[in-house]
Amino acid sequence: MIRTARTILAKDLRLELRTKESVPAMTLFTLTVYVLFHFGLDRSSLDGSLASGVLWVTLLLAAVVGVARLFATEREEGGIDGLLLAPVDRTALFVAKGAALFLFLCAVELVALPAFALLLLGPGLLEPLPELLPVLLLANLGLAAVGALVAALAAETRAPELIVPLLLLPLLVPVLIAAAQATEPLLREDPSADNLGRWLGLLTLYDVVFVLLSVAVFDYLLED
Amino acid sequence: MIELDGLERRYGERVALRGITVRVPEGATLAVLGPNGAGKTTLLRVLAGLLRPHGGTATVLGVELPRERWRLHGRVGYLGHEPLLYRELSGRENLAYHARLHEVDGARVEQLLVAVGMRDRADEPLRDLSRGMVQRLAVARAVLHDPPLVLLDEPRSHLDPAVGEALEPLIGRTSGRTRVLVSHDVDRALDEADLALGLRGGRQVFAGRATPREARELYR
Repeated sequence: MIRTARTILAKDLRLELRTKESVPAMTLFTLTVYVLFHFGLDRSSLDGSLASGVLWVTLLLAAVVGVARLFATEREEGGIDGLLLAPVDRTALFVAKGAALFLFLCAVELVALPAFALLLLGPGLLEPLPELLPVLLLANLGLAAVGALVAALAAETRAPELIVPLLLLPLLVPVLIAAAQATEPLLREDPSADNLGRWLGLLTLYDVVFVLLSVAVFDYLLED
Repeated sequence: MIELDGLERRYGERVALRGITVRVPEGATLAVLGPNGAGKTTLLRVLAGLLRPHGGTATVLGVELPRERWRLHGRVGYLGHEPLLYRELSGRENLAYHARLHEVDGARVEQLLVAVGMRDRADEPLRDLSRGMVQRLAVARAVLHDPPLVLLDEPRSHLDPAVGEALEPLIGRTSGRTRVLVSHDVDRALDEADLALGLRGGRQVFAGRATPREARELYR
């Protein structure tokens, strides 16, 4: 299964490098939203809960853009049929798509975080970065697991671009709460890691539940 | 090899196939004929295990559908309307990808690129190739894992006659595979086939031997 997932992931990364469809779109979306907040709030210095909320709502919405495109090539070019005809474990497709989305999100954040710090964040980003990294990685994992599941569900519908946000955003509420709560003390003028372990625990629990759930149901989503 | 008895398939309330009964022995060719919307493509997709039958019985390569359809994976070559290849990847990359999924040796990819006459343009992305060239690569993709059964939906579409003949050892009569062939070229299909299945509106009009006149009646 891992070998098949690596094959599919390598193909997806190669396609993304050639087409540059998802990561640039997600990054541009994120930057645009930060600029909009910059002017909309008429503030260039956010901190605490407002900074945390703006950061995470924007990243979640950028994930929606990525999820909507996650199965687009498979749908348009018959990739799912190609996989269904092959003697491979269908779960490999979930693992590969989830891994691709995880990597896309990490790539977006490499640009989005400095832009956020530059355009909106009052306190510095470097000091809380070591504590922020596990929050980002665990949130990305949750987004990737739920995103791959929702993308597969939506791929079988007539209007996946409509279905993805309708299904995805409610499912991501726990991620938003945990990630924003974990990040809020880190982005204060006087940063601290209050309750960080508790929120990281919640993110981990969410990730475990959705990875297991997705693995359990993914096969059925691909069946006719 | 293929045994269908009263096969039925619906899309919601609409019946796409009803009462299809036919038996295709190993190594034989079945021509599936009928006008647009007759259910030919649906039949191929059911036989490939891509669609679930809703009634009757269907056994393909000894596999009872839909109960055991996972056993069919990797044993059927399917050449449908879509090439099932990625436009942004080259022919070689596409075939190598499918070869890895089917656990087929990379040497088979090179062998097939030569066989379909695409070795010289194997590194160009599909979006830069003509439809005929993409069809040649799709044929290579369909037989990459050397399946005993091939399901062919208009396999010669977009191909010039010389190329069509060149693909004969892969998907033609001499390939030794059991074939289900969908074609609108009635004379050629009957010439190539041992058996014919005539469909109209999802229902079976004839199954077995058919004369060209009977076959043409389907389109009137």
